[in-house]
Amino acid sequence: MPNLIAKSALAGHAPVTLAGTTLDEAHVGPITSIAVFPGALDEVNARLGSFPAPNEVKGNLIWTGPEQAFLMGQAPDLAGLAATTDQTGGWAALRLTGPKAADTLMRLYPLDLRAAHFPPGTCARSPLGHMQSILIREADSFLILVFRSMARTAWHEIEAALQALNARAAAGL
Amino acid sequence: MRLTCPLCGERDRREFYYSGSDDYLNRPAADAPVEAWDDMLHLRVNPAGVTKDLWYHETGCGSWLVVTRNTVTHAVLATELVAARKGVAK
Repeated sequence: MPNLIAKSALAGHAPVTLAGTTLDEAHVGPITSIAVFPGALDEVNARLGSFPAPNEVKGNLIWTGPEQAFLMGQAPDLAGLAATTDQTGGWAALRLTGPKAADTLMRLYPLDLRAAHFPPGTCARSPLGHMQSILIREADSFLILVFRSMARTAWHEIEAALQALNARAAAGL
Repeated sequence: MRLTCPLCGERDRREFYYSGSDDYLNRPAADAPVEAWDDMLHLRVNPAGVTKDLWYHETGCGSWLVVTRNTVTHAVLATELVAARKGVAK
């Protein structure tokens, strides 16, 4: 077996900073999907501490659907209680940090992302343009998960939206 | 147009896929006469008023919803999870 070089989904994309807002690749480590078997939610809850409610991030668990969550890290043994699948290689993660982050993403997402409505600890399954994605609000940034095959498209969409906002700001609009 | 997903909250119409009448939920028994299957597949009322349709939260949480809406006023009156209706875990 040759010694292969592991590359991240957005290797070669240098961070972009416009209007004080930075788009960068995020390295989130292992991702494990936890899909709870029917009737096993209480036990999974007990095993993991707690299971996130819809649109909620709880510790390292991100709600991704009905009785389903992504665990950022290695999953404990939940045999018989939930289907756990390694998703690490399937997703690309982007992070947008800065004062124009919400405005930029609101050009692409059909969501109200202002802090009052989408505070830290909130997440959403919602389309980025036409792409399936998971959006997570962090303390002062947004983490965006898209299918790895769409990494560069997602980067392009967000960068273009950021450029447009930057141009408007430069023109005093 | 906006629909309220019982899990995700109020979302834009573009997140949803329209499937058709909620008649599709009422499957005849496997040994039902062919007319019953024909009705389920093809026979539709076309009301000027309240109707119930199946919508899929395609780019959201992936839930199937029954949406009650009024075809005259365009008001969306109610949304419910198909999973909840059938007594299946969400």
